[in-house]
Amino acid sequence: MQIKETPKQYDVIIVGSGAGGGMATKILAEAGLKVAVVEAGPYFDPKDPKQKTQLKWPYESPRRGASSVRPFGDFDSAYGGWEIPGEPYTQKPGTQFDWFRSHMLGGRTNHWGRISLRFGPRDFKRKDSDGLGDNWPIGYEDVKPYYDKVDKLIGVFGTKENLPNEPDGFFLPPPKPRLHELYYMKGAKKVGVPVIPARLSMLTKRINEDRGICFYCGQCSRACGVYADFSAGTCLIFPAMKSGGQIDLFVNSVVREVTTDSQGKATGVIYISKEDKKEYALQGKMVVLAASACSSARILLNSKSPVHPQGLGNNSGIVGKYLHDSTGTSRSAFIPGLINRKTYNEDGVGGMHVYTPWWLDNKKLDFPRGYHIEVWGGMGMPSYGFGFNVSEMNKHVGGTVGGYGNKLREDVKKFYGSTMGVSGRGESIALESNYCEIDPNVVDEFGIPVLRFNYQWTDHERLQAKHMHETFESVIDAMGGVALGEKPGEDKDYGLLNPGRIIHEVGTTRMGNDPAKSVVNKFQQLHDANNVFIVDAGPFVSQADKNPTWTILALSWRTSEYIIDELKKQNI
Amino acid sequence: MDRRETIKSLFVTSLAGGLVLQSCAPDKVDSVEVVPADKTNVYGRTPEEAKRDKDLFSEIYFTEHEIETIAVLSDIILPSNDSYGSATDAAVPDFVEFMSKDLPYHQLPLRGGIMWLDSQSNKLYNSEFVKCTHEQQISLVDRIAYPLDAKPEMAAGVKFFSLMRNLTLTGYYTTEMGIKDLGYKGNQPNVWDGVPDDVLKEHNLEYDPEWIPKFVDQSKRDVQAQWDDDGNLIS
Ligand SMILES: Cc1cc2nc3c(=O)[nH]c(=O)nc-3n(C[C@H](O)[C@H](O)[C@H](O)COP(=O)(O)OP(=O)(O)OC[C@H]3O[C@@H](n4cnc5c(N)ncnc54)[C@H](O)[C@@H]3O)c2cc1C
Ligand code: SF4
Repeated sequence: MQIKETPKQYDVIIVGSGAGGGMATKILAEAGLKVAVVEAGPYFDPKDPKQKTQLKWPYESPRRGASSVRPFGDFDSAYGGWEIPGEPYTQKPGTQFDWFRSHMLGGRTNHWGRISLRFGPRDFKRKDSDGLGDNWPIGYEDVKPYYDKVDKLIGVFGTKENLPNEPDGFFLPPPKPRLHELYYMKGAKKVGVPVIPARLSMLTKRINEDRGICFYCGQCSRACGVYADFSAGTCLIFPAMKSGGQIDLFVNSVVREVTTDSQGKATGVIYISKEDKKEYALQGKMVVLAASACSSARILLNSKSPVHPQGLGNNSGIVGKYLHDSTGTSRSAFIPGLINRKTYNEDGVGGMHVYTPWWLDNKKLDFPRGYHIEVWGGMGMPSYGFGFNVSEMNKHVGGTVGGYGNKLREDVKKFYGSTMGVSGRGESIALESNYCEIDPNVVDEFGIPVLRFNYQWTDHERLQAKHMHETFESVIDAMGGVALGEKPGEDKDYGLLNPGRIIHEVGTTRMGNDPAKSVVNKFQQLHDANNVFIVDAGPFVSQADKNPTWTILALSWRTSEYIIDELKKQNI
Repeated sequence: MDRRETIKSLFVTSLAGGLVLQSCAPDKVDSVEVVPADKTNVYGRTPEEAKRDKDLFSEIYFTEHEIETIAVLSDIILPSNDSYGSATDAAVPDFVEFMSKDLPYHQLPLRGGIMWLDSQSNKLYNSEFVKCTHEQQISLVDRIAYPLDAKPEMAAGVKFFSLMRNLTLTGYYTTEMGIKDLGYKGNQPNVWDGVPDDVLKEHNLEYDPEWIPKFVDQSKRDVQAQWDDDGNLIS
C-alpha cells in the first residue's frame, strides 16, 4: 500500500484533542506555531443540533436513555466506551483492566465529571512519607503557576479551605448544596468526616465573552451547548481557532506511529483515515502525543525503527509500565427522612455540590494512601431504569412490597428522591508489574497491533476499599439512612472495582530524571528523542487521591511553554 | 397496518371485555407522542446509532397475542386515574416491544412469562389471560404481585410480573405525561439558589451561616470574574 504524503511541514503535530492535546493546541497555536491536530474521532460541537443531547427528554430516545449503545446512556456525550467495535484490546490471563476510550474532538473531556482538583504538595512526594513508589521529579511549586492559569482560563468553582494537601485556587463561587447533600453533611459531621464545597469546572459566573454561564440543567455529561462547562473542544480548540491560530484539524484520523530519521528524531506521524482506510504521512518538526495514557504508550511501542528497536522512547523498557488507575467502590442508601418530598427543580450543576477530601493520616491505618468521597442523589430526570424495584423500599418503612395500580403510583412518588449514594475514589500504588504492552497476535481494524493489559490490585488497594465501606456505613447510619445491598466482603475484594473502571488511568510513560527508569524528563520530553513530548496522563509518577485532569491541563500548559522556550533557544 | 395502530386497536378490542374507560377529567393528560420510527435522529445520534435504531424499529418481536397481553398487564399495573392516562395511553407496549429488541435479554423472560401466565389462567379459568374477565385477571395478578407473600409455586410468575412492573414504570414515567405526574421540574434553564426555605424547615436543616457568604451570589452571575493575587474573588 502506498503512503500518501502531504507536502506541508508543520511546526508541531499534536496527536489527540482531549485535555492534554486541547491545551497544547491552544498554547502552541497562540504562540504562532503551525499546528496539525490529528484526532481519531469525528468533529464534535455540543451546540450542533445534529450532535446535541443537552435538554433532550427521555422520550426522545426510544430506549429512554438506556445504556445499550452508549455506556453511560443515550444522552451521554461519549463516542466510545469500554468496548469499541473494531478496536479490541486483550488481557494477560488472570488479570482484568477495563479501558475506556472515547474518540471525538475533545476526547473524554466532553462527558467527564468535571471534578477539577489540584494535586497537593504531598501528592508529588509520596515516597517520602511511605517509601512506596517514587517521588515526582517536580513538586507542587513547579505546577502551581500553571494550576493558577488553568483556573483563570477555564474556570472552576470551589472555596478557600486552607487544607494542607488540597491547595486552594482561583475559584468561582460554588452552588449551594442540595437537600440530600445537606443530609450527607449532617451525617458526616456527626462521625467526624469533613465536607467542603465541591470543586468542579462549570461557570457559576461569567468568565469571558466566548462562554455562557451555567443554567443548572445538571447535564454536563451531555456536554454544554452554551460552553459553560469545560470541554477541550469548546474551551481550548475552538477559541484558539477563532483567535486566528494556524490549526489544521485532521479528524477521523488514527495515528499508527511516529516516524523517525536515522538519528532517531521524530519527523512526523503516519495515520489511517477512517474515511478511505488509506495511510497518510504528515511531516512535523515536533510531535506532541496526547492520545491518552494508554493510547500514547501504544503509539510509542508501535513506532519501531533501527534507532528505537523496542519502540520510540523505550530504551528503558519502561513504556507501558506503572499503569495505574484510581481505586473505587460505592454504596447507595435509602433515607427515610427524604420520603414524600415536595418536588422542585434541583438539577443543579452536572455533579455534586459538596464532597469529602481525604482527611485521615495513613500512618495510623493499615493501607498507605487516601481517598475522597463523592456524593450523588436527588430528584433527577427519569430515564431507563426509573421505578425499577421501587416498591421494595417499603420493607424499610413498614409498607407493602409489590402491588400495582394507585398504590404503585403512590410508591413511586413516595420514594422519588429518597435514595442517594457515596463513592470512594482513592490512590493506588504504581507498580512496574502492572502494565500494558503490544499483543503480538492481534491487530485492530486499521491493522494496528493492539494493547494487552496486565494489572492486579494488591492488599493496599483492597484494605483501602474496606475502609471506604466502613466510612460509608458510619456516615449513612449517622444520616438516619439505610445502606442498601450487602457490604462487600473479602471474597469480593471489598467491592473494589476492576482497574480501569474509575477512568483515571495514568503512569504509562512516567516522568523522571533517570533515563534508565523513566520515559520522559520533567518537562514531559522523551529522553530518547528530544522533539517528542507527551502531554496526557502517561507521565504521572503517581495518581493522587484526586482526579487527574486538572493536572493534565496544568502540565500540558507547562510543557507547551517549555517547547516555545526551547524553540526560541533553538534547542529542538 | 402501522404497527402502532395495531397495538392501539388490539388494545381497544381487549378493553371491551374488561376495563371501562374512565371519562376525561378537565386537565387530564391522556396520551403522549413518543419517538416515531422515522424520526430516529432527533437526539444527537451518530450515523451508526441512527442506523441501529432504524433497524430495530423495522423488526417485530412480539406476536399480536403477546403484545395484547403486555398491554392488558401494563394497564393493570398503571391504570388511568382522574388526572393522568394509563400505561397504554403512555404507549408502554411500544416501549416494551422496542426494549425487547434493544436489550434482547428481556425477550425470553417476557415471552416465557406470558406463556406461564396463560397456562395459569387456562388452569384456573379455562381461558387465556387476555380473554378472562377483569376480576379473574386481577385475582391471578394478586397471586404474583406481592413477592413476600406469594406461594413458592408462583415464583416464576412473581419474577415475570416484577419485570413487567419495572418496564411499565420506566415506560410510563419517562413520557411527558409520566414526568408531569411525577412532578419532576428540571431539564430547563434555571438559577439554582439552594433548597427552598419551607423545605429546609420541614427537614430541620439550614445552611451553615459560615458557608453562606461562600456561595454564588446569583445577582452577580453575569459579572465577569476577577480575583486579587491571593485568589479572592473581587467581582
Ligand atoms: C465518565 C468519565 C468521568 C470522568 N470524570 C472525571 C472527573 O470528574 N475529573 C477528572 O479529573 N477526570 C475525569 N475523567 C477522566 C478524564 O476524562 C481524563 O483524565 C481526560 O479526559 C484525559 O485527557 P487526555 O487528553 O489524556 O485523553 P482523552 O481526553 O481521552 O483524549 C484523547 C484523545 O486522543 C484521541 N486518540 C486516541 N488514540 C489516537 C490515535 N491513535 N490517533 C489519533 N487520535 C487518538 C482520542 O480519540 C481522544 O479524542 C472522567 C472520565 C470519564 C470517561
Ligand atoms: S449544568 Fe450548567 S454547565 Fe453543566 S451542562 Fe447544564 S448549563 Fe451547562
